[in-house]
This record gives sequence, C-alpha cells and structure tokens, in this order.
Amino acid sequence: MRTRAEASRQRWAILGFALAILVLSFVVLKSAYYQLVLTQVLLWAVLSLGWNLLSGYSGYFSFGHAGFWGLGAYTVALGMLYFDLTPWVSIPFAALVGAVAGAIIGYPTFRLRGHYFALAMLAYPLATLYVFQWLGYQELALPMKRDAPLLYMQFEDQRLYVVLALGLLVAALLISLKVENSRFGMALLAIKQNEPAAEAAGINTWRWKMLALMLSGAIAAIAGGLYGVVLLVVTPETVFGMALLAIKQNEPAAEAAGINTWRWKMLALMLSGAIAAIAGGLYGVVLLVVTPETVFGMLVSAQALILALFGGVGSLWGPVIGAMLLVPLAEGLNAELGDVLPGIQGVVYGIAIIMIILWAPEGVYWRVLDRLPRRKPAAAEAPPRPTATVVPLPHERRASTGEPLLVLRDIGISFGGLRALDGIDLAIPEGGLYGIIGPNGAGKTTLFNVINGFLAPDRGAISFAGEPITGLRPNQVCRRGIGRTFQVVRAFPRMTVLENVIVGAFVGAPDDATARQMALAALDRVGLSAQSGAIAGGLTTRELRLMELARALVPHPRLMLLDETLAGLAHDDLNGILTVIRQLRADGITVLIIEHTMGAMVQLVDHFTVLDHGRLIASGRPDDVVRDPSVIEAYLGKKWVDRVAVPAK
Amino acid sequence: MPFSSVDLLQALAAGILVGSAYALMCVGLGIIFGSMNVINFAQGDFLMLGMYAAFYLTAGYGVLAFLGPYGGPIVAAFLAGPIVFALGWLLHRFVVARVTGAGAAQTEGAGAYGQILVTLGISLILQNGGLILFGSTPVGVRTPLSRQSWEIGDVLLNQARVVSFFVAVALAGGMYLFLSHTRLGKGLRAAADNPQAAIYMGIDVDRAHRIAWSLGVGITAVAGGLVATFQTFQPYVGFDFVIVMYAGVVLGGLGSNFGAFWGGLLIGVVQQMSTLILPYQLQNTAIFVVFLLIIFLRPQGMFGRLSERT
Repeated sequence: MRTRAEASRQRWAILGFALAILVLSFVVLKSAYYQLVLTQVLLWAVLSLGWNLLSGYSGYFSFGHAGFWGLGAYTVALGMLYFDLTPWVSIPFAALVGAVAGAIIGYPTFRLRGHYFALAMLAYPLATLYVFQWLGYQELALPMKRDAPLLYMQFEDQRLYVVLALGLLVAALLISLKVENSRFGMALLAIKQNEPAAEAAGINTWRWKMLALMLSGAIAAIAGGLYGVVLLVVTPETVFGMALLAIKQNEPAAEAAGINTWRWKMLALMLSGAIAAIAGGLYGVVLLVVTPETVFGMLVSAQALILALFGGVGSLWGPVIGAMLLVPLAEGLNAELGDVLPGIQGVVYGIAIIMIILWAPEGVYWRVLDRLPRRKPAAAEAPPRPTATVVPLPHERRASTGEPLLVLRDIGISFGGLRALDGIDLAIPEGGLYGIIGPNGAGKTTLFNVINGFLAPDRGAISFAGEPITGLRPNQVCRRGIGRTFQVVRAFPRMTVLENVIVGAFVGAPDDATARQMALAALDRVGLSAQSGAIAGGLTTRELRLMELARALVPHPRLMLLDETLAGLAHDDLNGILTVIRQLRADGITVLIIEHTMGAMVQLVDHFTVLDHGRLIASGRPDDVVRDPSVIEAYLGKKWVDRVAVPAK
Repeated sequence: MPFSSVDLLQALAAGILVGSAYALMCVGLGIIFGSMNVINFAQGDFLMLGMYAAFYLTAGYGVLAFLGPYGGPIVAAFLAGPIVFALGWLLHRFVVARVTGAGAAQTEGAGAYGQILVTLGISLILQNGGLILFGSTPVGVRTPLSRQSWEIGDVLLNQARVVSFFVAVALAGGMYLFLSHTRLGKGLRAAADNPQAAIYMGIDVDRAHRIAWSLGVGITAVAGGLVATFQTFQPYVGFDFVIVMYAGVVLGGLGSNFGAFWGGLLIGVVQQMSTLILPYQLQNTAIFVVFLLIIFLRPQGMFGRLSERT
C-alpha cells in the first residue's frame, strides 16, 4: 500500500504521461499512419493493464483475455449492424458484457490453480472463436455512417481516436492506482503471495478474485470494443485469436505512411462490399483480413500478457512500458522487413523478446527500478532487537462465561484409507491456554485445519461461541473470531511487515486508515514495531513467528490457534514468544497451541490434550497427563518420565 | 439417431488411430510439463519441425528414397526425433536453462514470467523461421499408405494411420519403460517431484531438465513425423496441436506420463466422435468442452494426484 503522497505523485505522473501523448499526437506525429500506431499502442496498453489487474496483482495467470477483448469487439460490431447502436452506448455496454463474462468464467475456473487455471482460461476464447466462425461471423465490417460520423465514432481526424484511447488508458491507470492503494489491491497481493494465509487472515479470497476478474474483463472488453471501432472490421481470429494481429494488419498501412487519405480509401473500398475480393493484392488497404498463415500465429491473447510481463508484471506502468516498446517495434519490423522476407519480422521480434527477458526476467520496469539509486533508504536498517515489550490491552479482557467457547463433536476425517481424525470430542472453555500434543502424524495440524475451515470434516460438528461453524470457509471462520498461525510460517514475503499485518486487519476495520492503526497496535503488542517497514522475506524465524502472531491478533480474535509457534527457535528467542503468548491469556484470549517442546509446554499451558493416530487419548491438567501411561507409551517415552520425574508447573 | 452404428464404429476407429499420434505428442509434452513445470508454448512448433524433418528426409531431399515408399516415411519420422532432440538440447543449454531450473526458483513466481515469454519467443522464431526456410505452401509426406485402407467389416482403416498407431504405441511404451525402470528415468522423476531434494541427493537438476526438455520435444517431433504421413502442414501448423497437447496432458494428469498418453488418445476419440453430431468446425470446441468438464470434475486429471499440505 502506497502512502498518500506517493499516490498523488503517481497521479501527477499519469497526467504528465497523458500530456506527453497529446503533444506527441498533435505536434510531433504528422502522418495518419503514425496516429494509428499510437492509437494501438494505447489500446493494447489498456488491455494489458486489464490483464495486469487480475494476473499481475493476484498471480492468477490468464491466457484468455482475448475472450473479453473479442466479446467487446463483437458487442460493438453486432450492436451497430443489427441495432444501429452507436459505440458511445455499446462500448460502455461492452464493459458490462466483459464483467458478466468474467463472473461466469470465474465461477467455475477459480477452483483451479496455477497452470491449470492458466490453461483453462486459454480454452474459453478458443472455444468461442470456433463458435463465432461457425455462426458465420467470419468477418464483420462496420457499416459506414456518412451522415453522422461523430455519433458513430467515425472520425476523419485520426487524432480523435488517439484522444479517445488515451482517455481510456488514463481511466485504466487511475483505476489500477485506486485498486493498488486500497484493500482490494492488498488482498490481491496477499492472495498472490500466499492464498491460504490470506484466507486464514480473514480475506474473502473468492470475492476479491471474482471482482478482479470482472473488472479486468470489463476493461479488456472496453478496449476491444474501441479497437473494433478504430479498425472497422471484426473477425473472430483478430479478436479471439492467437495472433499479434494489431501489428500485422497494419503492414499495408505502413506502406501508406504519410498519406493522409489512406483511411478514406480503405473505407470506400469496404463500402463497396468487396472486402473478400480485395484480400489478396489490396490486403493492405483492407486491414484485418487475417488468415493464420499471414500472421504471427501462436501469439495468443498472449499479447496482453506479453506486454505486461515484458514491461513489468504487477506494476502500474509495466503494461504501458511494454506497449510503448513492443507495439511500435513489431510495427516497424513489419513495415521495414515484412516485404523483404516474409517471416523475418517475427524472427527478429522473437529474438528481441528473448534477449530482453534474459536481461530482465521480471520485466523492464522492475529491472530499471533495481538499477536506479534508491530514493529512500530501506526501512530494514538492522534495528536493535527489542525484547518483547508487550502492551496489554485491558479493555479487551472478556469475562469467562463458563460456557465452552469451542465445541467439537465426533469430528472425523479420512484421506483415502487413512483416518486422520477419528471421533474427536473436545470442549474448550473461554480463557486459558490449551496445549495439543502428540507424535508426528497424530492429526494435530489436521485438527486445526478442520477448525479454521481449510478442511471440511467428513462427519461431526463444530460450534464456536454457541454458533455452528462446520463447513464455513476460512475467512468466515476468521471473521467469527478465530485466528491462526501456521506450522511453516505463511508470510507474504514481498510485502512489508506492516502490510502483512494490515491484511489481517481488514476483517475488523471499517476503513483502510483504521486498519493501519490496528496493525501498528498489534505490532506494538508483539514487540515488532521497529521492523514494521522491513520486507517480510528478510526476517528471522523469530520475527516471522511474531509477525504471524500479530497478523492473527489484529482483528481481536477470541480464540487463537497456534501451530508449533515455538518450533525452530533458539532458546533465547523462546522466552520472548512465551511472554507474548502468556500475555494473550492475560488479555482474555483463549489459546490453543500445538507444540513439541514439552518442557516449554508443561510450564505454559493449563490443560493438555493428547492425540495419537487421529484419536484423543488423554485430556487433563499437564501434570496428570504426562503421567498417564498411554501418553507415555504413545508419545513421551520412558526416558522422558525418568528425566522429568516431577513436572514443574 | 442421426448416424448409423457403422458411422459410430468408423469414428471410434479413426479417433483411436489419430488419437495414438496425439497420445505420443502428449507424452512428449508431459515429460516437459511434468518434470520442469514449464508451460512450453513452442511445443507445437517443435512438432512442426518434426514434420518438416520427415518431409525433407523423404520427399524433399530423398535421402531415404532407397527405403522405398513404405519404409522411408516411418524411418524419417523416427529420425526426426534425434534431429529435434539436438536442437532442443542447444536451445535449453543457451536459452531455456537461464529462466528455468534451480536458478529461477528464487525469483518471483519461480521464474514463470520469464519462462512464458522465452517459450513464446522461441515459438515466434520457429514459426517465422519456418516460413522463411520452408515457405508457406502446405506440404505432406507422401506414402502410398495414405491413400489405401484396410477393411474390417464395414469399417475402413487408413493404412498410414494404422502404421502410425503401432509406431506411436510402441514408442510411448518404450518411453514408459525408460522412465520407470532406468536410472536416468528415475532421476528425471525425482528432479520433477522435488528439485531441491533432488539436488541434495546428488542429481544434477539442470542436466535432468535438459534431458527432459530435449526428450520431450524429440518425442513430439516423432509424433509430428507420423502425423505428416496423413495430413498436410505448413509452418503455422503447430498451434493447432498445442491445444490438443495441453488438453491431453491436463486430462491425463500432470506428472503422470502414462496418463498423458490416455489423455491424448481420448482427445483424438472426442474429436472424431464429435463430428457425428456437431458441425465440422466445432470439433475443437467439443475438445474444449470435454477439457473444461474434466478439469472441473477432476482437477488432478484422470491419473494425476493432488499433493498439497497446509
């Protein structure tokens, strides 16, 4: 999340960029051909920004944004053909179509992850492409509206298209900026870096992903709609297809560089209805009669993704940079080389992409940023390691009601033939520290996963504070007041410590400023304030554990599930964290902790529960439990009893 | 029913025969996808190279003319394998390895961004380089088999397809034995399951990836050589098959080489059977529908396994 000043700086940058484009269009570029290239740069940048909004921020790669782009173009074209609809109306409507398509596609597809998601997305535009071909919409030419050119966006002056496309790009940039600076953007980044952790921190991942896809689809559809208007012909291959068509289809236009009348010639030819006939020799004038052989081929709806990846994924300016560099490059290659030796432009373009990506694997923007001297010193300047000074929050203390806070009844879950949990009954009263121990594979973490909703139990019921929570999603469980940490710390490694905790604060906070305040307070509470600006990826194990504690704490949960919070810590670090955990109990938060460090556990907890092979084999006060013969046999071993003859409380 | 039972059998037989070639290319892609976890957009273009290699070995330069019109095309398809294997080796050594493998694991998204762009770049170069070298006129590897059929009952079996079926099944079976029973094959699978652990066990992961990559494109090229005997092609043909291959691999289940084979076979059958009830143009749409259905019902594929721990 950027600070306010940064966001305002970005807005000025967008304004400056827009002015520069206008100067370029109205003062520098003289020919209509270059205006058309510029229009395409802007439109591709919009598409790429739309893609970036979903894939760059959330990490869900879409190979299918051509689907939205194509729906947009067809909405405009069909609207004009059949309903005489002006693009001024149909383009906004295309946005709606894109958003609805996003919702319909997202609903089933977000069940998939990683490469599966990306490949499934690829299937949508391709399946649609064949359907449109079959329906006979091989090639739709937009009808000429001589009488009302302005109403139908058929400007004689190319520069007006530049202005329109620029307006769209500025809007897309402002939307991206807005998203980046809101909890929406934070949620997406959190999803990208660790989706289960985001879910457990109370982020409704499903909702944010759907929103991102819908917004992203709407932007892509708008860009596609305007694209159709600018180029006047819509074919299934161009809008759904796999090709870098925008580039190739201007090859003819390039020949006409400098001739202001080329566009009108083209329109006249189209009016004559001879599009198919002129496809050969006058290929150039017709634009957009595209066959797979003549275009680059495989470059999917991938154009959106290439531009964003090339420019710098997940950044505001990356897609714009990508479009500014690559679209004119490909265009120029076509104009200069395409006629000399067909295909050579594709080879050069491919080599250029590979060379640059080997130099900057994460995109030009990030690479250049890394090269620039840092404007502000990194906040992680090795701060003194503070002892855990814990700030108690007395008003949070809740009176123990005597009613059990968490009740598990006959919980069972199996993985294949393995009974991970088998008939667990457990009642945890409010207040106090409860330890769960057991050998590896006893089902401890599975128990936590069932409680916080990562796993749905095969049978049994869970209730929390009197309400059933069986089968709720993790973010809903979190919202009801159950926080958790993980056996292996699940941080958002590229976010700062403060941002990591803010993600957890969205649950309880009415607005983003409050979330920030709450996060700062929680960091204070675990004694990690000094590191708040550090990037989480660089923290020590102890700091990571504390950060995760703070993230779980910040929405003020009533129950905390701590999964081996002490694991992997040096003896000195142990005490700091133990202090924090005890303070949680003092504040009235009920704590359920899984731990292997028996010595620490016996001192810490009020109550022990022992699991073995998915069954609950003992439960009671620590000193009773550690003397229980079945516990000794299953877990502690004889040696332990010999060594700690009388466990100290 | 709008079709007879003979039509049905005919479509099924055609599906299995064509599907076996698909299955072989899926095995090739599956080795790459499964062991490197890289989405290789250029896979279809390596297939195209295999087709042209077979073409030039037979019709083009007539190197294999002495084997006669029957043996030549089959040997040519086999030889396409090592040729493309060598090219794949060089590409991996100098380009692909720099964005994949152990080095890339540290960067954001495990180097996924770079990988996608690099394979897209390779695809561009191969397609357009192919256009320059081979021209855009569609060609085919001509064998007398293409025009002859065997009759079994009322069902006609194209001889070229039958031959390619047996070759594909034999080669896929050989790959299966190689991966499951040889030291090298087991090393590849270890490198796939957990690269970090494989490094600690003394397996050279980059080398394993190089073998997997080259083997994958080589196998796919052989499949291309087989398809070339019953279908014409041009330098942009690869894309048609990329979709078929990914659908097949995902259907079969990632990381399961044998599954990729069945996935590819199923794609062939679905494609051919769909022509019974759907217009010809929609046969690929039918593939996507089946693809999406299986992905939603069984995201791990028919033979894959899900392994995720919280």
